[in-house]
Amino acid sequence: MSHLTPTPVLEPGQDRTLILNMGPQHPSTHGVLRVLLEIDGETVVRMMPDIGFLHTGIEKTCEAKFYQQVVPLTDRIDYLCPMTNNLCYVLAVEKLLGLEIPPKAQWLRVLLNELTRINSHLVWLGTHAMDIGALTVFLYCFREREEVLKMFEAISGQRMMTSYFRVGGVALEPPLGFFDRVRDFAGSFPERIDQYENLLTGNPIWTMRTKGVARMTAEDAIGLGATGPTLRGSGVDFDLRRDMPYSSYDKFQFKVPISQEGDVFARYMCRVQELRESISIVRQALDGMPEGPIKADAPGVVLPDREKMKTQMESLIYHFKIITEGFAVPAGEVYQAVESPRGEMGYYIVSDGTAKPYRVHMRSACFANLQTLPTMCEGRLLADVVAAIGSIDIVLGEIDR
Amino acid sequence: MPLAPAITDLEQLKNHPAVARLISWNPQAVTRARFDREEMTVFIDRPFIREACSLLKDDSACPFNFLSDITCVDWYPAEPRFEVVYHLLSIPKKERIRLKVHLSGDSPAIESLTPVWPGANYFEREVFDLFGIRFTGHPYLRRILMPEDWEGYPLRKDYPVEGYR
Repeated sequence: MSHLTPTPVLEPGQDRTLILNMGPQHPSTHGVLRVLLEIDGETVVRMMPDIGFLHTGIEKTCEAKFYQQVVPLTDRIDYLCPMTNNLCYVLAVEKLLGLEIPPKAQWLRVLLNELTRINSHLVWLGTHAMDIGALTVFLYCFREREEVLKMFEAISGQRMMTSYFRVGGVALEPPLGFFDRVRDFAGSFPERIDQYENLLTGNPIWTMRTKGVARMTAEDAIGLGATGPTLRGSGVDFDLRRDMPYSSYDKFQFKVPISQEGDVFARYMCRVQELRESISIVRQALDGMPEGPIKADAPGVVLPDREKMKTQMESLIYHFKIITEGFAVPAGEVYQAVESPRGEMGYYIVSDGTAKPYRVHMRSACFANLQTLPTMCEGRLLADVVAAIGSIDIVLGEIDR
Repeated sequence: MPLAPAITDLEQLKNHPAVARLISWNPQAVTRARFDREEMTVFIDRPFIREACSLLKDDSACPFNFLSDITCVDWYPAEPRFEVVYHLLSIPKKERIRLKVHLSGDSPAIESLTPVWPGANYFEREVFDLFGIRFTGHPYLRRILMPEDWEGYPLRKDYPVEGYR
């Protein structure tokens, strides 16, 4: 395939440089990322990421589905934070419809989003540390991640592809004992974060591999479209949860951790602090969980309860209509962005008034963050490329869509 | 919350800072504006897009300093067929604005934004790859997601969902 041949742009200009092909099956590229490197000895002269190996055309597929059928597709673009993608998509459709969501559903969404963030950051921390050579952390992180995945399974029936959010609310009432389980987890988790930090933060090998490595200035980060911890690690104080709140995030108190240095260590510190903030948001969501319905009162959009569907003619008709012909969404367009664990996840949806979206575009945080890699790595050592890739926390499913 | 009707009258929207800024710079650059679902859309005439963006980026009152996204919508078979959509974000003011440019279906091309934001690079490559819109002045306009030898532009509406077999 011509796709796999080295691109002419990186032909060596002088005799002293060499083209090195890293990936697409390199263990530290977290998926199928291929990076073309032009190296002079141990120094990276030029770098070019090559993507598209996981492209499945999800945006095109969305155009052929009803609005409610798109929800399971959104899980599959970023398999480490399914709930965040679900949330972003349903918020966009709800904005198109002008739907009001009951408080309990909003609180549940916040709770699950923060658990998702913890889940995603744990995978990032484990694999990032493993790339650099600290193998133990991986086992610790996956121990806690397993607990989060079990909670996801309890509430949605799935460990990874949850599809728990629906247009108009959430799919099911949480099972009995779910909140106690989350509370237990929230109680023990801060101690676990201390364990990870004990292994890494003060560790001289870790700091030597991360401090001052793969630097990026705030100006570069903004210009290149970086978001999330990649942006905040460079000292830009911006978090969509706090600055452009959605789904009741304005009712929660939390700090937005930032670091000024802009290196791998700064991004590491940002994410680790975020873990602590997330657990505080989870606690607040548990304490303030409102009573009430979990779905909006919109009979033409939200599926009726099973009980009503079996006893009331009208509900049965609505159920039949939503399943067979979807629900029409008023014509218009919206852009909805949420703070995913990796940055600004945005959905741009255009409706032409029918039951299928005319166009769905996913603004992927990793896609933009990946552009910062050459800025971070060029002129640096080859061994630091692995640290840089780990520090921007990429998920190739989301980049390629 | 029921939907408020969209405001499409440019006269009513003149007071929006970004619209006012663009009109005072060049009244011909702004063809239409639309305020719908709490989101502002400004339609820019094609030759002015790069200058309009760098103007909004450096505006002292409300700098739209961050390029969130570039994408495209295909309105086949209507003409002008393509709508290139830019989402700008103001990090200091926490505001968004959407700019749109209409392009005809016949060899569509538009100025690249890479001199204003280097981050436009991948987004423009993606639009080129999936819609076949050329960005003039782009440093490296090649397919990014599809294989290099792919024929056709998959996100165009005349391209079948299941592909050509």
